[in-house]
Amino acid sequence: MDATLSGTQAAQGLATARKPTGRVSDPIFVGLLWGCGIFVLVLLGLIIAMLFEGGLPALREFGISFLWSTTWNPVTERFGAGVMVFGTVFSAVIAVIVALPLSFGIAFFLTEIAPGPLRRPIGVAVQLLAAVPSIIFGMWGFFVVVPLIATYVQPPLIEWLGPIPLIGALFQGPPLGAGMLTAGLILALMILPFVTAMFVEVLESVPPMLKESAYGVGATTYEVYRNVSVPYGRTAMVGAVMLGLGRALGETMAVTFVIGNATRMSASLFAPGATIASTIANEFPEASIGSLKLQALLQLGFILFVISFIVLALSRMLVRTKG
Amino acid sequence: MASLARRRATDYAVKAISTGFAALSIVFLAWILWTLLSRGLPALGPHVFTKITAPPGAGGGLLNAIVGSLIQIVVALIIGTPVGLLCGTFLAENGRNTQIGNAVRFVNDVLLSAPSILIGLFVYQLLVIPFGGFSGWAGAIALAIIIIPVVVRTTEDMLNLVPIGLREAAFALGAPQWKVVTFITWRAARAGIVTGILLALARAAGETAPLLFTSLGNNGWSISLDAPMASLPIAIYQYAASPFEDWVALAWAGALIITVGVLTLNILSRLVLAKMK
Repeated sequence: MDATLSGTQAAQGLATARKPTGRVSDPIFVGLLWGCGIFVLVLLGLIIAMLFEGGLPALREFGISFLWSTTWNPVTERFGAGVMVFGTVFSAVIAVIVALPLSFGIAFFLTEIAPGPLRRPIGVAVQLLAAVPSIIFGMWGFFVVVPLIATYVQPPLIEWLGPIPLIGALFQGPPLGAGMLTAGLILALMILPFVTAMFVEVLESVPPMLKESAYGVGATTYEVYRNVSVPYGRTAMVGAVMLGLGRALGETMAVTFVIGNATRMSASLFAPGATIASTIANEFPEASIGSLKLQALLQLGFILFVISFIVLALSRMLVRTKG
Repeated sequence: MASLARRRATDYAVKAISTGFAALSIVFLAWILWTLLSRGLPALGPHVFTKITAPPGAGGGLLNAIVGSLIQIVVALIIGTPVGLLCGTFLAENGRNTQIGNAVRFVNDVLLSAPSILIGLFVYQLLVIPFGGFSGWAGAIALAIIIIPVVVRTTEDMLNLVPIGLREAAFALGAPQWKVVTFITWRAARAGIVTGILLALARAAGETAPLLFTSLGNNGWSISLDAPMASLPIAIYQYAASPFEDWVALAWAGALIITVGVLTLNILSRLVLAKMK
């Protein structure tokens, strides 16, 4: 339209405001708004396309079996994602299993138990845990948690639970400290604030009338929480857990420090392993441009993107359908 | 149904456990902070801020890493803030209950939680390979992509708090949309928008993974955005994993600086938000 009018003319038009001057300068502004909105869509599309394109040669070389092959040998240049996909999912699942009861408890505390003036400071303290950078969790994990686990947690567990059939498989190997369990525990601590915050938000949206009627028939605080509040927000709470899972899947620096970085598959909680993100961070410096290794790493990145995208998309749908 | 005494007992038990869990999470936060203070403070001295990184034993500091981080974060903010601000405004003003708005909102939420290492890989392919090398620009753009979704989200949330009546009053006076947005809605939500930018800044300051493949790190003094650039998180990563005592000590000092900075920004922005509500 009149987007070509000069700025001065537009300004004059506005100052006098005799005509609906909006049309003069609005196309530019509205165009900018739309442009930035569309830009975000394009950005995601571009990220997907570039990761896919970069990893395509590796996929061509190794075929679809790249996805589950457990070989990762830079010397013979045979690569497969199996070990890392397993490690990524395994460590993230440990994190969710550990974080879930904690989040339920903390959310219960924050919404029902904590006295008014304490609620905010404690809530903020839990949230600050989410603000601590990933690399700090990594250092703390590496220098403080790993030695503790290697000395005090693993030896007794290996001794007591190792010989039991079936479950024993989870507790095999030398007490190295670094491994799947440690990675899972650190991840649990990192996703805890996100899951808890969303739980609290959902629980606070439960209509007071519902809770009061349960109290009215004599239910205890815990019974109301368990039988009224949680069922009311169930869908959104599942979404919150998925968000935690999604975050745990892609966490890099903290995991790289404590997982032990071994590209071997093991069912043991104590065995060192690798996730997709930790492998990329670790092996990237040794991958030169155009090498098969770099392409395999990019393909790994694409796989991680697909997994996290599915989990995050599911999470968001569940959270938005609440009520 | 169980007896009243038993139900009461369960109630108490669950309350006690929940309180314990809340205490536990705070203990962990305190533990991390204590570790940082006890190991970082002794290593902190003027040399950390006045000397650049040096080989082990040569008494280096972190000056180039700190300056590099600051430069990259500022450039990232200059690129990311306007885009995020306008996109958030688009969602709140033009994209309410529209399909395109919902799509943008969805994609933004995914970007907000997407693994940051993948942002690094993306920028590596987009800028590092075609332009023939690691650079401060690539690092800054990777950080900008981290910043954008955070700013979009908070901007939209804050603009949604501005009463519709305020906009309608302005439109009724014949003001064009750009004027309504810049002079009315942005101004009304100013504190909240600034908070979002602070939070984005805090997030970008601690990010390590996206810088690994973009600005790479630099052990010399360089403030050129065209060359590989040092950054605090990368220096920490490099030093913490090293076998040299003085490097590990410097890593703790750097970790303390970053964490104090990030947590201060977070608390500040929360205070601003609390005042608004």
